Parts: sequence; structure tokens; C-alpha cells
Amino acid sequence: MKILVCITHVPDTTTKIKFTPDNKQLDKAGVQFVIGPYDDYALSRAIDLKNELNATVTILNVGTSETEPTIRKALALGADDAIRIDAEPTDSYFVAQQIAAVAKQNNYDLILMGRESIDFNGGVVHGIVGEMLGIPALSPIMKLDIEGRVAKMAREIEGGKEYLEAELPLVLGCQEPIAEWKIPNMRGIMSARTKPLQVLPPFAEDVLTETDRFELPPPRKECKFIDPENVEELVDLLQNEAKVL
Amino acid sequence: MSVLIFVETNEGKVKPSSLEAVAYGAKVADMLGSSATALVLGELAQEELESIGGYGAKKVMHAADSRLNQINLLAYAEALAQAVEASGAKVLVMAKSSLGDPVAARVAGRFKAAFAGNVIELPTKEGEHLKVKRSVYTGKAFAYTILKGEKQIIAIKKNILAIEKTDAKATVEAFTPTLDDALFSRVKTVKVEKASDEISLPEADIVVSGGRGLKGPENWGMIEELAKVLGAATGCSKPVSDMGWRPHHEHVGQTGVKVSPNLYIAVGISGAIQHLAGVNSSKNIVVINKDPEAPFFKAADYGIVGDAFEVVPKLTEALKKRLGK
Repeated sequence: MKILVCITHVPDTTTKIKFTPDNKQLDKAGVQFVIGPYDDYALSRAIDLKNELNATVTILNVGTSETEPTIRKALALGADDAIRIDAEPTDSYFVAQQIAAVAKQNNYDLILMGRESIDFNGGVVHGIVGEMLGIPALSPIMKLDIEGRVAKMAREIEGGKEYLEAELPLVLGCQEPIAEWKIPNMRGIMSARTKPLQVLPPFAEDVLTETDRFELPPPRKECKFIDPENVEELVDLLQNEAKVL
Repeated sequence: MSVLIFVETNEGKVKPSSLEAVAYGAKVADMLGSSATALVLGELAQEELESIGGYGAKKVMHAADSRLNQINLLAYAEALAQAVEASGAKVLVMAKSSLGDPVAARVAGRFKAAFAGNVIELPTKEGEHLKVKRSVYTGKAFAYTILKGEKQIIAIKKNILAIEKTDAKATVEAFTPTLDDALFSRVKTVKVEKASDEISLPEADIVVSGGRGLKGPENWGMIEELAKVLGAATGCSKPVSDMGWRPHHEHVGQTGVKVSPNLYIAVGISGAIQHLAGVNSSKNIVVINKDPEAPFFKAADYGIVGDAFEVVPKLTEALKKRLGK
């Protein structure tokens, strides 16, 4: 059983987003970068499957050399080796092309990733990869068990869950509570330093979108406080000022 | 540049978010001097199909294949891809959803189409291409993005467009995609569990959410009652779903459901940045919290500093009286 886990390198969820003065790029000063939280769930489930099924887990990241600490952290959590495609992860189609190219060379049984990255929130990379490989891609997956060649899954839908079964190979976009997040231990951190990390040039260069500028949301207006003894006033405001009732 | 809109249905009705997508697609078609066609998969009453015309689609392509009555991602994506080819559409519009995203993805892969999700405004033209404003960094910022593919896919967030409905009726045309049985058997749906009698959180116009301040799942009755009076969906913060007080599909926030209702009421939620990221595109935010220092008040339009156990029942009663319930 060979598992590929694709990870993104994204600002920590507590980051206050700012841009460079020309609004062309994220201002990275003081920003802590982490494994995408959804990818972290995918990775945690992959590590559990590695132990259950004697699988191998390879990490894949599309990113410049600055993502290497994030990749090493994924290795410290128990992945066996890693591949970095040396390129800016420009858009969904470009990233999916890199993943599909690596997958075509290596015959993975499972390709896991988060349901979306938390920077661009596209949520389509898994589906594009599935299409490029001609295999099913399912998302968002919140439960995954493997029995023989069959994956038994639960997918979150509006207001509930859908239980699905499909034969491997599969591409899955994951989310909680598929596994408990793991914290690397000292042994993991030490061994991660010597695990193989292969750096490859990009396989194709198709970029289909171009972001020309970013913008921050306007500040919200000052909060109007209402006396807890006078909830009628809130009802008035919701009805007559906000006009939402 | 004709426009195709992928329409989702639920229990015999077009989903409200899809009607918004139809209205959006029709406006894009107008802008491009073209017309908008909607695609409906699975059996649906003729009247409901025709009513899509009231939102601006001139034509509805209807695949009345009973195998499509139940959602199947592979079959839906295949049918949609064939509809894109049959209609010659250059622009595909849909609502962002747990169905729309994976289906759009496959179509993007098939046609090498440029994709933008979480789009929050009508596009502008940039030469041959469309330029969209989309929400990024989980609602903490916006990006202006040019879609450079020959085909362009736009998935819109909810509540970004005021919809005017007319009495116009769409022309309904049968559409028969070639769908191999293997598409349906490759991924088997074993069962679907859906909370009954519940308003879908991503679709809701009003959301009432509870946090740790409610102290336990046994106290959710008052949240549900307030939601019922308002016709609202219920949500919760991450710690609440982590502790199992509420099901995961109610978790609102950066790693949960992102909502953009007209009104978001947060009860006993302090307002961690990850929770705010999931709600900051709500039109109006009401925060009820006994801690005056709760960060959520900084993001709120209206605030009540008080004990939820006293304020919420009073608010529910006041709303019942005002709304005549």
C-alpha cells in the first residue's frame, strides 16, 4: 500500500493577513507557516493507515525552498519520504498537474490531501487530480477505513453525512474528524532530518489564473451595545435598521 | 461566450443558492451579450424547471435520468462536462457547495478550464477574459483574479447578489448525457444520514450559533428555540463540536462551515480568529456574551453584554411577539 499525502504550506490560522504596499503579495514578515490544517488531518490518517496496513507514506509539496521546514515537520510526524516540486504553487490547475505527474510515475493506492488550502480555499485540486488520473476523487471525507482494496468513507454533506465505498486507487480531500492531529516527538524530529527529500523541477507550466491584486475587507462599523434588560431594542434595530427580520 | 449554470436541487426544489447562481449567470451572460442556460440533473417537476426562467435563464437543459436523482460525484461531473460541450458554454457558473466544488474540479480538469471559487461580485471583462473578486485567506482578504482559460468556471458564495424574480418561464429541453453504468458503480453510496426538519447551514439566511459559554449540550434547547422563531439554522464553535456537544456539520469557522447569512447571532462564543474567519462575510452580526472583553464584539454590529441564560429566552420571547409567532 502506497500513500501520497499532498500538503500545503500556509499561514497559521491565527495570522492576521497583511499585504505588501503594492497589494501584490502577502506580507510574510512575522507570519508563522504551518501544514494546512485540512492537510494535517489527511496526514494524520495516512500515518494511522501506515501503522494499520504497513503502508508507506510519501509527502508531496509544491513550493519553493522556504517550505522545507513544513515538509520536515510532516516527516517528523511519521511519513517515510518527501518530494518537493520546486515552484510557486500558482493556481489549482498548476498544482494538480504536478501532483498528477508524480502520481503517474509512482502508482499510489491513495492520494490524500486537505479538502482545501486555507490561503486560496479553492477546494478543487483533488478533483482535478482525479480527473487527470481517471480515478474517483471524493471530498470532503471525514471518515476513512481501508478493507482489502475497498475504501469505506463518510463524506460531509449539507446537514449530514453520506457513507460511500469505492475501490482503490482514489484521491480524497480530507477534513476533521478523520483522525486526531498528531504532535511530533523528539525521535520523529531527529529522524526527519535524515529522511529522503527529493527536489524536482515542475512537470508542466500551465497557469490558468492570475491574481493582480489583493485587498483587505473594510473595517466593520462600531458595535452598537444594547442593554440586556432591553432586548426589545435589539429586535427594533434588526427589524428597522438592519432590515433582516 | 454563452453561460451554463449548474443547478442543484433538494427534495424536488431548486436550492436557493443555485437560484442565486442562475441570477448571477444571467447577468454575466447579459454582460457578454449572450444567453444563460441552466442544467438540472435528475427528475424534477416541469413547473419547477420552468420557474428557473424567473431568475434569468432562457433555457433549461434537463437530464431526467432517474439514476441522477441521487448525488453521484462522478456521474454528475460527467453529465456536466457533456452539457458544457453540448451547449458550447465558455463560462460555467455554480454555487459553492459540497457538490459544486468536486464537480467543478473534474470539469476544470477535463477542459483545462480556469477556476475561481468563493467569488463575491459580478465579474468585469479583461479583454477576452473575466476578472473576479473572490474571498481568500478564509474570508480575511479578497483577491482580484483574471481567469485565463478558454473555458472559465466561477463558483459563487451565497448572498452576494440581490435577486429579482420575474414571471418569465424557461424553455425546457431534454438532455440525454451518455452515462455508463460503471460511473454509478465505481463509487457506491451505502447510506445517507441527514438531520430531518433542519435548515441547511450553508443555505440559511439567518444562523444562530452557540459556543462554550452555553456550558453543555443540555442547554442547546434555547438556541434551537431562538433559531426556530427566526427560521434560522443552528451552528456552533469548534470546541463545541470537538467536545461532541453538537454534530460536526454545525461547526462554523475556518476549518468548518463558512457562512455568509444576512444575520449571524453568536451566543457564548468569544470570537477566536478562526471562528471569525468562518463568519466575517455575514451581513449583520449580533454577539451575546457575558465577557465585555470578548474579541467577537469588535466584529459585531450589535452586542449585548449579558448572561446568555437570561438574555436568549428574553430575546426569543420578544421576537415571538414581534413576529407574531
